[in-house]
Amino acid sequence: MNPIIQLEHVHKIYHTGEVDVHAVRDVSLRIEKGEFVALMGASGSGKSTMMNTLGCLDRPTSGKYWLDGVDVSGLDRDELATIRNEKIGFVFQGFNLLSRTSALENVELPMMYVRRPVKAREHHERALQALATVGLAERAGHHPNQLSGGQQQRVAIARALVNQPAMLLADEPTGNLDTQTSIEIMGVFQKLNDQGITIVMVTHELDIASYTKRNVIMRDGRIVSDLPVTDRLLATEELRKLREAQEAVQLVS
Amino acid sequence: MKILAILRVAVRALRRNKLRTILTMLGMIIGVGAVIATVSLGNGAKSQVEAQIASLGQNVILIFSGSFTRGGVRSGWNGAGTLAVEDAFAIEREVPEITLISPELRSGTLVAAGNQNWSTSILGEGADYLDIRMWPLAEGSMFSEQDVRSANKVAVIGKTVADQLYPGMKAIGQVLRIKNVPFVVVGELIPKGLSVMGQDQDDIVIVPYTSAMKRLFGATTLRGITVQASSTKALAPAQQQITELLRQRHRITPGHDDDFTVRTQEEIAEAANNASQTMRILLAAIACVSLIVGGIGIMNIMLVSVTERTREIGIRMAVGAHGRDILMQFLTEAVALSVVGGALGIVSGVGGSRLLNVYMHWPTLTPVEWVFFAFIVSAMVGIFFGFYPAYKASQLDPIDALRYE
Repeated sequence: MNPIIQLEHVHKIYHTGEVDVHAVRDVSLRIEKGEFVALMGASGSGKSTMMNTLGCLDRPTSGKYWLDGVDVSGLDRDELATIRNEKIGFVFQGFNLLSRTSALENVELPMMYVRRPVKAREHHERALQALATVGLAERAGHHPNQLSGGQQQRVAIARALVNQPAMLLADEPTGNLDTQTSIEIMGVFQKLNDQGITIVMVTHELDIASYTKRNVIMRDGRIVSDLPVTDRLLATEELRKLREAQEAVQLVS
Repeated sequence: MKILAILRVAVRALRRNKLRTILTMLGMIIGVGAVIATVSLGNGAKSQVEAQIASLGQNVILIFSGSFTRGGVRSGWNGAGTLAVEDAFAIEREVPEITLISPELRSGTLVAAGNQNWSTSILGEGADYLDIRMWPLAEGSMFSEQDVRSANKVAVIGKTVADQLYPGMKAIGQVLRIKNVPFVVVGELIPKGLSVMGQDQDDIVIVPYTSAMKRLFGATTLRGITVQASSTKALAPAQQQITELLRQRHRITPGHDDDFTVRTQEEIAEAANNASQTMRILLAAIACVSLIVGGIGIMNIMLVSVTERTREIGIRMAVGAHGRDILMQFLTEAVALSVVGGALGIVSGVGGSRLLNVYMHWPTLTPVEWVFFAFIVSAMVGIFFGFYPAYKASQLDPIDALRYE
């Protein structure tokens, strides 16, 4: 079976002004189906560039990239857009929902750009199902400004799931959230991963990374460490602990 | 991507900034409204002129007596009195395309009946005059050939004259004194109303041309001759033959100007049209300029919209929108702006010209094909001026667009 992601000797060089910036240097990486990977690194380590490359938003300068068995390194703008539509679900730090548009319609958005026609009723059903997966079915009619940060991120995850992509690609998904909500979101990811969905997540928070199964660490455009997570945290367990602690100080009753 | 989904997004985006949308549309509304109102007015004026010219009769040729030059002094038209009654007889005899003919004299004078008097135009005509002008009588009958031959003192009068001289009375059979010569009223014309120039066409007394010459004005020459040709095709050859005949009869050698003028109805219509044509072109040009201004307004607001919604464009591209999906989205919004503006412009243009018609009594006529045309043009304005902003949006880089604050 093909790996979900296979990078071979990928380089990315930005030609900005007089100096060429070598953002990614000779990276090779394999991610199999069902993995849950955290891509980590300090700012300037090249992890954002890696993220854009993995998300087919950008092309590598040299090297090969197979996504779910398809060589995407030589595709043009529109072909990349189709690949993003079919194979990748994006979750962003800033949620990036369309404002003044209901949660349901936000989740339906990727289906608007599916190349083969989908019936309007099927749109609705699939979007509702995706919202149910993240536990927000009853909020389908709410607009983003009526939802909390954690709920908005769940809508974004539902939107990422709706086209049944080969993988979820999350860019600092907990960056704008408080500790408890972050753990809740990691719980959603763990649940999805248990159902067999491949997840790649960029983060700089060590504790968030320990909810994943594998940590890839980048520095100066290279992978310097690639290790499985040994003492993995479980979101359900951590949430229970947090709740007990809060009760102890009578923060909640 | 489905057109319905695109439309829904477009409508939502336009409703988000209602005031901005309305102000942008206003440019189109004014532009299209101006076009429709202008065309309606121009068309109304044109059809009125056409109706006036048609009221001259059908396939009519007018022959006017010419000017003359004597000792360096040139008289005006009709000054020479170059047309004789014999000229009219000759035309009737020798030009086969002619069906009806009426020699004509005209003069203004005071007429009286009982203790009433009134200044009006006296028209000396032949018995066929009303047939040529297709002018029916309301009451009575036209004077006959016999009346013309005998120079009888009979008259046919217009509605205005009848109202002034015989208020509340039947005019037929009454006596009408023209220059103190008593005439009997034999017919009353149906009213024609005002002419293009604002003249009252019903302020008229028609008598046999022989009576006018002998009994009223002591004239020996005619002011003109009105002639009807057998068909539209016959107009040009008849005009040609009349000209040749009159030159021959008046002994005008080659190289000298005619001492008369022959005009067909078509030529008169053409002259009237040419006069209004210039005005219509000018107004249409102004209307076009306002349409362009409306288009620039749309382009301006679409550029603002693209910048404002850069992040949205980034999101759409990230989840799989192609460049042309984004292009279509923004083009649809621009066309929606221009088409709705155009439709409202058509409504206001038609409404405006109706108001002018009702309150200012200006003749207006809105041609259906122009309404259709205005609609198409406003859609094209949207496509033309919306393309650049939409193209700009479609060429954004998704990474930059997502990062845009």
